[in-house]
Amino acid sequence: MARINVNPTRMELKKLKARLKTAQRGYKLLKDKTDEMVRRFSVIVRETKRLRDETEAEVVRVLRQFSLARGVMSKRDIERIFSMPSVSLALECATVNVLNVEIPKLHLEENAAEEKYPYSFAGVTSEADYAVQAAGEVVSRLLRLAEMEKATAMLADEIERSKRRVNALEYVMIPDLEETIRYISQKLEENERSGLTRLMKVKSMLSERDA
Amino acid sequence: MKGRMAIIGDGDGALVFRAAGMDAFRAESGAEAKELLKKLAGEYQVIFVTDVLAVQMQEAIAAYSGAAYPIVLSVPSVRGGNGYGAETLRRYSERALGMDILPREDKKN
Repeated sequence: MARINVNPTRMELKKLKARLKTAQRGYKLLKDKTDEMVRRFSVIVRETKRLRDETEAEVVRVLRQFSLARGVMSKRDIERIFSMPSVSLALECATVNVLNVEIPKLHLEENAAEEKYPYSFAGVTSEADYAVQAAGEVVSRLLRLAEMEKATAMLADEIERSKRRVNALEYVMIPDLEETIRYISQKLEENERSGLTRLMKVKSMLSERDA
Repeated sequence: MKGRMAIIGDGDGALVFRAAGMDAFRAESGAEAKELLKKLAGEYQVIFVTDVLAVQMQEAIAAYSGAAYPIVLSVPSVRGGNGYGAETLRRYSERALGMDILPREDKKN
C-alpha cells in the first residue's frame, strides 16, 4: 500500500485521523446502501422478467390479430382506422426517489371514449375491432413494464457505481490512511526518543565536565 | 408532467398501437431508427422500439439509460420476440450482481 506523502507532524496526524474516521463511516453507510440495493434489485429483476415474458406474449398476440385484420382490408382503410385512437390516454410522468435513485413513475389515466371504436362499423371487419381493443388493453401493461425495466436499469447502474466506491474505500483509501497514520505516529515516537537520548547524553556530558 | 408515447417499428405492425394512443413511426434499418430515436427522445417520454431494430442500435439506446426519461423499451414484432428483452435484463443482472440470477428457460423442442 502506498503511503500518503505528508509531513510527519502532529498536525497532519490529527487531520488524517479525522479523515480516517470519515472514510470508515462513509464506507459503512455505502456498504449498507449497496446491500439494500442489491436486495431490491434481485427482487425487481425477477419481477421484471416475469412481466416481460407475459407482456411480450400479449404484444405478439395483438400484432398477430392486427396482421389478420390487415389481410382482409385495404391498406388505405387500415391507415384510416388505426390513425384514430380508441382511448384517449393521459400519461402522467413523475419520478420517485428510491435509495437516492430517481426512477420513473408512470400513471395512466384512461378516459374511455363514449364509443368504444372510433369509426363506423360499416367498412370495418371484426378482426380490426379485436385488434384495436387488444392494443388498448396491452398499453397499460407495456407502460408498467417500461417503468420496471427502467428502474432495473437505473438500479443496476447505481449498484455498479456504489460498489466501486465501496471497494475504493475498503481497499485503497482506508488502508492508505491507516498506514500513513502508523508511519507518522512511529516517526513522532522516534523523534521523541531521539530527543530524550540527546538530553540524557547532554546531561551526562555536562556532569562529566563539571566533575 | 404529461407524457407522450411513441413506437418505432420495422414494419406496419406498429400501426396497431396508434389505436392505443401512441404515435407510430417506421424505420427500415437500425441507422434510420437511431436517427429517429434521437429526434423523438426530446418530445416523447416513453418510446417503444421493436426488438429487431433495438438489437442494431444498442449503444444508442444505452445512451438514455442514465436519466429517468425518456424510457426506451424494446417490444417484440409480429414474428415473436428475438430474446433481446430478456438478454437486456440478463445483462443488467450481471452488471449489478456480478452474475445472472434469472432462470434460463430451456430450449423447447
